Amino acid sequence: MPATHDNPTSDRTVAVACRGVTKEFGDGNALVRALRGVDLDIYNGELSLLVGPSGCGKTTLLSVVCGILYPTAGSIHVFGTEITKLSSSKLVGFRGDNVGFVFQQFNLLPALTAVENVCVPLLLKGVPRRHALEKAYQMLEKVNLRDRADAPPSNLSGGQQQRVAIARALIREPRLMVCDEPTSALDARTGHTIMELLREISIEQSRAVVVVTHDPRVYEFGDRIATMEDGRVVGVEEQTPKPGPPPKTPSMVEESVAETS
Amino acid sequence: MNWVAWKMLTGNRGKYLAIIMGVTFGAFLIAQQASVFCGLMMLTTSQIKDIEGAEIWAMDKNMQYVDDIKPMSDNELWRVRGVEGVDWAVRLYKGITRARLEEGTFQQIIMIGLDDATMVGAPREIIVGSIDDLRRPDAVIMDEAGFRQLWPDEPFSAGKVFEMNDRRAVVVGVCKSRKTFMTFPIIYTRYSQAVSFVPMERKVLSFILANPKPDVSAEEVCRRIEAQTDLQAQTRAQFEWTTIWYYFRKTGIPFNFFTTVLLGFIVGAAICGQTFYMFTLENLKQFGALKAMGARNLQLVRMIMLQALTVGFIGFGLGIGSVAMLFGEFIMRRTDKLAFFMPWQVVAITGGSILVMVIFSALFSVWKVLRLEPAVVFKG
Repeated sequence: MPATHDNPTSDRTVAVACRGVTKEFGDGNALVRALRGVDLDIYNGELSLLVGPSGCGKTTLLSVVCGILYPTAGSIHVFGTEITKLSSSKLVGFRGDNVGFVFQQFNLLPALTAVENVCVPLLLKGVPRRHALEKAYQMLEKVNLRDRADAPPSNLSGGQQQRVAIARALIREPRLMVCDEPTSALDARTGHTIMELLREISIEQSRAVVVVTHDPRVYEFGDRIATMEDGRVVGVEEQTPKPGPPPKTPSMVEESVAETS
Repeated sequence: MNWVAWKMLTGNRGKYLAIIMGVTFGAFLIAQQASVFCGLMMLTTSQIKDIEGAEIWAMDKNMQYVDDIKPMSDNELWRVRGVEGVDWAVRLYKGITRARLEEGTFQQIIMIGLDDATMVGAPREIIVGSIDDLRRPDAVIMDEAGFRQLWPDEPFSAGKVFEMNDRRAVVVGVCKSRKTFMTFPIIYTRYSQAVSFVPMERKVLSFILANPKPDVSAEEVCRRIEAQTDLQAQTRAQFEWTTIWYYFRKTGIPFNFFTTVLLGFIVGAAICGQTFYMFTLENLKQFGALKAMGARNLQLVRMIMLQALTVGFIGFGLGIGSVAMLFGEFIMRRTDKLAFFMPWQVVAITGGSILVMVIFSALFSVWKVLRLEPAVVFKG
């Protein structure tokens, strides 16, 4: 489902296309309509922000977009595959192969070291531990955390933990990354750095990155800002994001994340 | 992912140790109580074991266990000797009588009367004296535990005198014997003398001990004895099991032990289950994250089961090991009062119980994780 827009960093192809997506929870008097016919496109090579007040359906939309919830109605195409028609088991596989997750509370396994956490998605895929660890070290190198590879999450700062989570999300080289409030547990400066990193990740390899956020300070990083209200997307604003480093330069990634160390 | 499961399990040391402690406690209690029960059951057969030399025990057909003596006529001995396949058959007296000690106190005593000519069934380990001393008038050989019970501070020696049925008995020797269920002293004497140590009765023959001829099995001879006489006949092993089953069926001992074993199981399962469930709840978001990242339910179930089986295996090993060391080695070597016997069946039953316990505990966690929506990871 190709589309065009003016952002020079986008490769102008649609990664995710939502059409008439509704999601309801409960029934009868307890029925809650979290999404009420959402139409939205998310583009490759862009960082898209989903913003809006609490309870407006941002996280629900993120959940259906990445395939961890089925919508009640409507269709969602992700990289050309209509995920709403996939069986539960196929959807699990689709998620594993195509989607990277970054969570508000990081959700790192506290018993594992940073590098072990990063390699978990590969282990889930059945990659031997030795190979998975090798790749995990490379990913930590990318987010400039190689020197903290053997530290448990409890010994890492919030920013470092979020970078570990980003390295974990990237290790299977997903084409879509979904981030739920990735900066809300971080201070402003660290959040800023994390957003820069996510932006660079979207440019690198032309990934589609979707970020749900409340934080107006990070709006400047988005190529596209979708505003939600009461389960609907009420506006999509394209913008020229804050000038950042040139794309696909790992050394620049390292420099930017060094601030959070 | 097995490695991740192991790291998750051992990462929280406190909970890991608490789960193992719960399983260990359960295994300890189950194995200890089951072993004491087996020890007690073994005590019920100790006299059958101690009376060696004969493969076949023939007795009144209504007898239910070794202490359920129903005296027979001496003629029965000749009937048994007449059965084809019987190599030899001898008399055995067994009964409980009352002894009057020199200082005037009374004591219940188990008396074994051995065939005068052959002494079949005589004790094998004599500490003081010899079996031949039983041929002397009024002679009895007493077991060492009995001697200690009657004369606690005196060294083992011959010459002690007491009375039974107003007849003088002289201890001419001391022997080793297994502990009995009733813990009375045991004396061995000749059959002809034993019947004079008890009030006169018309029938006094307790058992007939027999051996089959070399070309016939003991089981076959037992069948022939039962077919040709009005007696029941059992091999030594059969008689031991008959006795054990009697106590099993007719006394409250198994039930009482079972309640304690069940208690051990319940308490162990409660500690293990609750801690394991809490452990899973604590990691619920992580499990949700794994699900979101593409973990299949089967992978997560395998992880939880591996964790459960790991703590089960460790707890079982610690529980069984500590019971064996503490009771089987440490206490048993220091006292003869403990009835303790741990056959492989106890180990297997404990293992099976622990397996059920940990799987039962894990099922709650599995249920929780299977029902877990991966969307939980997006709930801040």
